[in-house]
Amino acid sequence: MEFPILSFVIWVPITAGLAVLVLGDSRARSARVLALLGALAGLLIALPLWTAYDRASADFQFVEFAPWIETFNVNYHLGIDGMSLLLILLNCLTTVLVVIAGWEVIKERVSQYMASFLILSGLMNGVFCALDALLFYVFFEATLIPMFIIIGVWGGPNRVYAAVKFFLYTLMGSLLSLVALIYLFKAAGNSFALFDFYDVQLTLYAQILIFIAFMVAFAVKVPMWPVHTWLPDAHVEAPTGGSVVLAAIMLKLGGYGFLRLSLPIVPDASHELAGFVIALSLIAIVYIGLVALVQADMKKLIAYSSISHMGFVTLGIFIFSAQGVEGAILQMISHGFISGALFLCVGVMYDRMHSRLIADYGGVANKMPVFAALFMFFAMANSGLPGTSGFVGEWLVILATIKVNFWWAALAASTLIFGAAYTLWMYKRVVFGAVANPHVAELTDVNAREMLVLGVLAAAVLAMGLWPAPLGEVLHESVNEILRLAAPGRKLLIGL
Amino acid sequence: MEFIAPFTPALAETFLLAMVCTILLVDAFLSDAQRWITYALTMATLVVCFLITGFTDWGGEIYTFSGMFVADPLANMLKLFIYLTVAIVLVYSQAYIRDREMYRGEFFVLALFATLGMMVMVSANHMLTLYLGLELMSLSLYAMIALQRDSAVATEAAMKYFVLGALASGLLLYGMSMLYGATGTLELTRMAEVIAAGRADTTILLFALVFVVAGLGFKLSAVPFHMWVPDVYQGAPTAVTLFIGSAPEIAAFAFVMRLLVTGLGADFLIEQWQWMLIIMAVLSLAIGNVTAIAQTNLKRMLAYSTISHMGFLLLGILAGGNDGYASAMFYVIIYVLMALGTFGMILLMSRAGFEADTLDDFKGLNARSPWYAFIMLLLMFSMAGLPPAVGFYAKLSVLWAVIDAGFLWLAVIAVIFSLVGAFYYLRIVKLMYFDQPVDHAPLAPSPALRLVLGANGLSVLILGIWPGFLMALCEYTIALSFR
Repeated sequence: MEFPILSFVIWVPITAGLAVLVLGDSRARSARVLALLGALAGLLIALPLWTAYDRASADFQFVEFAPWIETFNVNYHLGIDGMSLLLILLNCLTTVLVVIAGWEVIKERVSQYMASFLILSGLMNGVFCALDALLFYVFFEATLIPMFIIIGVWGGPNRVYAAVKFFLYTLMGSLLSLVALIYLFKAAGNSFALFDFYDVQLTLYAQILIFIAFMVAFAVKVPMWPVHTWLPDAHVEAPTGGSVVLAAIMLKLGGYGFLRLSLPIVPDASHELAGFVIALSLIAIVYIGLVALVQADMKKLIAYSSISHMGFVTLGIFIFSAQGVEGAILQMISHGFISGALFLCVGVMYDRMHSRLIADYGGVANKMPVFAALFMFFAMANSGLPGTSGFVGEWLVILATIKVNFWWAALAASTLIFGAAYTLWMYKRVVFGAVANPHVAELTDVNAREMLVLGVLAAAVLAMGLWPAPLGEVLHESVNEILRLAAPGRKLLIGL
Repeated sequence: MEFIAPFTPALAETFLLAMVCTILLVDAFLSDAQRWITYALTMATLVVCFLITGFTDWGGEIYTFSGMFVADPLANMLKLFIYLTVAIVLVYSQAYIRDREMYRGEFFVLALFATLGMMVMVSANHMLTLYLGLELMSLSLYAMIALQRDSAVATEAAMKYFVLGALASGLLLYGMSMLYGATGTLELTRMAEVIAAGRADTTILLFALVFVVAGLGFKLSAVPFHMWVPDVYQGAPTAVTLFIGSAPEIAAFAFVMRLLVTGLGADFLIEQWQWMLIIMAVLSLAIGNVTAIAQTNLKRMLAYSTISHMGFLLLGILAGGNDGYASAMFYVIIYVLMALGTFGMILLMSRAGFEADTLDDFKGLNARSPWYAFIMLLLMFSMAGLPPAVGFYAKLSVLWAVIDAGFLWLAVIAVIFSLVGAFYYLRIVKLMYFDQPVDHAPLAPSPALRLVLGANGLSVLILGIWPGFLMALCEYTIALSFR
């Protein structure tokens, strides 16, 4: 038997998280160290996936299979393709960074904080690995619990509202998709295997209903306009680490769900309703971009910017071209780095000033030059500057879109203007100018710990922007396979 | 025809009855300090019953007492769960009843009599046996609620339960008498034969069905027959609420199975009661979940939550087929497990002169005891039906059966009300984790309570990670009992 590496990728962080939890809050120091070791172990175990992954194959790799619930024919079936691989690596890296970022900042209930992130990380790896629909659903839902706790316990003043809203919105979406999954289970001849779902013949009517059920679940997660309203609340109230994981990984569960479930399982409905999804994506890109412009709270601004950028993901997916889908996936990865970094930047300032309002700042560059430079870099990346990762995905999606419809592409491209406007205007008001008030005058520059976290992310953003080819190599075959499965008419059953 | 029926299939019942009488006598000679002997004897009785039932012949249906009593795999399996549940209830209750001067022989004797009633119910193959078991259980429960004689709310709860319970029994008896009129027999299997042969008057059967289902609705606490539940749950001493809310649900499930499936399981009757149950299930889900949101008393909230869970249970039964019945059985077992843990938490947090039965008492539990907060968190997420807690699989198997039976819309309704339900379970988690504690008294549970409650809480998680075994067990039991 092969080494069950994916199981380790899932269960090492979870086990480490439980160990940290058992350690208890009274031993904060050891909890931190153990959490860091757990997160590093998770990352180190995931790294061989990158080297051992066969880029020439479209098959799922590192497959593991064991019966789980035999009465329902549910199996513990794991495997990854290129898309999962990248998201797993992003997730493992983010977890390490989040643990480091919360090192001194979190003083209350340290072990519970660290444990939540580790468990969350393992569960999300589970979502990216699952090849059984029920297993996918279990991991997908289970991620809600740690995130709910993270927002609610260590969040801001309005955390309870935000946490409950986050929870109920996402639960609403996923419960409907559960009904769709059970329906598919029957249709696929009593099997929850995704491969069986991919082959089952469905009428267009059934496909559309299933698509809508999935759509509700994933659109809430992405989040797409108009079900995005939970995100600004959750982001603003969550502690820095929570915002980072939320933006960097949890939102990707939505895009991942579209690509792993919606497109291959209900291809005809996906094509049928693509116009609708594209319209929502364009509204997100343009309208939410404008909304971001008027925000007074930095975290809220980045949250809206996230929604707008995630519009590119759904747009790219529903163009149904290799370029578009690859662009969408790269955009997900890039957004993971950039939005994570921006939230960390805001966190750095918030830890010193205890304010997220743009109006409370001004002239930060005078006191924190190194920080200002890093912040500048991430702001540029967020506006899609060529040479940063933010450019790659957006560019591919716009290129793919222009081949289909010029006006859609023109609307999407407007983000290069709006994105630059809201990000850089915010940056200007916060960082440039004279020192605004005595609080800013007392600021100190980033310490080694913060430097490390932001530096790693800056390197990632730059590397991905300058040389995205290795990522593309990993994705090509997997994306082609997804598009092959998403071809219309492949599994259409005529009739009602 | 034998003149003396073989007792062996009812050996556990016989033994339990003998032991209750013994305990009643022994207890009369014990001083308060020696009360642990009663407790130990009660526990020993349950253990021996467990062994007797565990080692009986599981091969098939064994009828005795002229077909009035049946020992089939379903009955045996449910009895095992009933013993287990009652034993856990007693462990949880011990400290609570001692602090409230209820630690007397009566409590144990009544609990065992109620257990006997439940056992008779699950093994009944005859309307009279069914009724006998039901009344034995109910009367013991009425008395247990009123055990705190000085408490006005407890007495009120007992009165309400008694009056409404008597009314329900009346409806049930009326229905049964009509069934007797239509079929000429009270024995359930014979009744099914008569109906299948077409020798029963359909009009009378349908009338009878309405009364029987209404009576069942009372016992299952399904809307619109749910009025007694919140008052009884809130008014009864928590240890008794725990008892009412746990083992009797298993017996009620058996009751429904025996009466509707064994007795009235003809296809044209299933079509009729299926729709009655659909209405009751949807109303229970709606009213239970929505009303629970407005409660500030935890016991009352859990009462409405019970109503909504019974709605789910009904969905499993009405889906029909062995899959449906197995899913309902799995659901009821899991529900009882969760209810035990939740009421156990209330008992744990209560102490002499203080009832931890309002939502606010759970504020900041995480700061007081992270371990118990974690257990409650697992229980609440399990009740809400969120993976990886086992409550999810219970809901899943019911939804699966419902969709299989062709009621896709019903599944959607159930799912929407689960979302509503998630809100109030979530609120408990919110209170425990997000709020500051009001009450700082240290929690000092007895070692037994600590151990069992910990195991109870973790079982919700462990069964959620490996739900397969219990599901297969239910499937197997139902398949053996309803061929």
